[in-house]
Amino acid sequence: METVTDLSLREIGVAASKVLGRPVEVRAESHIGRDLAVDSLALMNIIMELEDTFDISIPLDRLASVETAGDLSKLINDLRTRA
Amino acid sequence: MGLFDKHLAYRDAYKAIQQAGADPFKVRFDAVHSPTEGVVEGRPTILLGTNNYLGLTFDEEAIAASVKAVQERGTGTTGSRIANGSFEAHVELERDLAKFYGRKHAMVFTTGYQANLGVLSTLVGRGDHLILDADSHASIYDASRLGQAEVIRFRHNDPEDLAKRLRRLGDAPGERLIVVEGVYSMIGDVAPLKEIAAVKRELGGYLLVDEAHSMGVLGATGRGLAEAAGVEDDVDFIVGTFSKSLGAIGGFCVSNLDDFDVMRVVCRPYMFTASLPPAVVASTITALRRMIEQPQLRDRLNHNAKRLYDGLTALGFHTGPTASPVVASAMPDQERAIAMWNGLLQAGVYLNLALPPATPDSRPLLRASVSAAHTDDQIDAVLKTFAEVGAALGVIEPLKRARA
Repeated sequence: METVTDLSLREIGVAASKVLGRPVEVRAESHIGRDLAVDSLALMNIIMELEDTFDISIPLDRLASVETAGDLSKLINDLRTRA
Repeated sequence: MGLFDKHLAYRDAYKAIQQAGADPFKVRFDAVHSPTEGVVEGRPTILLGTNNYLGLTFDEEAIAASVKAVQERGTGTTGSRIANGSFEAHVELERDLAKFYGRKHAMVFTTGYQANLGVLSTLVGRGDHLILDADSHASIYDASRLGQAEVIRFRHNDPEDLAKRLRRLGDAPGERLIVVEGVYSMIGDVAPLKEIAAVKRELGGYLLVDEAHSMGVLGATGRGLAEAAGVEDDVDFIVGTFSKSLGAIGGFCVSNLDDFDVMRVVCRPYMFTASLPPAVVASTITALRRMIEQPQLRDRLNHNAKRLYDGLTALGFHTGPTASPVVASAMPDQERAIAMWNGLLQAGVYLNLALPPATPDSRPLLRASVSAAHTDDQIDAVLKTFAEVGAALGVIEPLKRARA
């Protein structure tokens, strides 16, 4: 069975691939800047995609503590639970 | 590990750009003779990247007022207005701006960057929501980090997307401040402000428009996009700058909201920096008056903008969606963007090289800004140079050049 973390990680991969225009394989430990080569602008665009995917607001100020795809997945899951 | 190690990728990219020719981020003008003419490495150069929309940097009355002010009041205020007090001219400029915009309150900042930094970070705080157009200027993004509000972006110039994101916030507590720009500085596109104002009316919140590149450019009297779109009553705050149409430096915010003046004692980028020097305030007061007195400058500017935009489009360059005083040509890749920029500079045309991530859609751009002071001959000379350099580098088809 797919866990919520698996789901959000998969959707992060889908959003990143769409924004970057190249296939992106995402694991929980993938570092967003170093491993995925996502710059700050691309990350904000990926966030916008994910907001639409999950129909939630992901405030940019919450990204300060996000370094890995796993961090982002956790943030999404927290926000979904809250919603 | 050194302090600068985290910036090594930028250093290497910068070095590569420097090796391709002149340094686009360190162009040195040996002389500037007028709003449109300078000298670079001994070559007479047409200035086409200065945001000097009305050409008022050399306005004789503005210069005279500035000289008089520096002689009578000295070179600087040497402190902030809350600590060292205001000069009468600071108050006069605020009065003039409030009157020009037909609003109760005006506040002057030392730069346009600080105006955004100060106003945005003060208007919304913890528990509030700051809703930004995705292509907002760096000063707006930096303001979003200085304040404590929750920051949400909506897709550039997309009122439907704005509405969707506002609805998504639902009945979450806190105020909402929507921030858009009149003219976006990179490709000169204009916000769909009528539609954005309608979204605000429907879903609530406050609306702030940064008219940095549209003051003196749009609207029957030059008040900017809010005036041009006929929605001034829906716009709660206008932020602008003196460093473009008014030919100096500084920023401002005008509003009709009660208690606006409390910002003077809570807005840190206003409180903790020195106020504008007398010479700058004096030239700005005069330039504002000259701008109001001479609506023909705006007509001339729009004529020039259209001439350049139509010319570049006909040559086959990928220009922005509308003719505006900012005319950008998207380049196929960074290498040719840099080569084209160097070729133009060598041939006596100076404009701006804009590279991702400072550009929309990660495209390198050559960004021109037109002035009312440009002559038709200058614009035509620019077009000829664009055609030659563009064809030589394969950015445009040589055939198109023959047709132009």
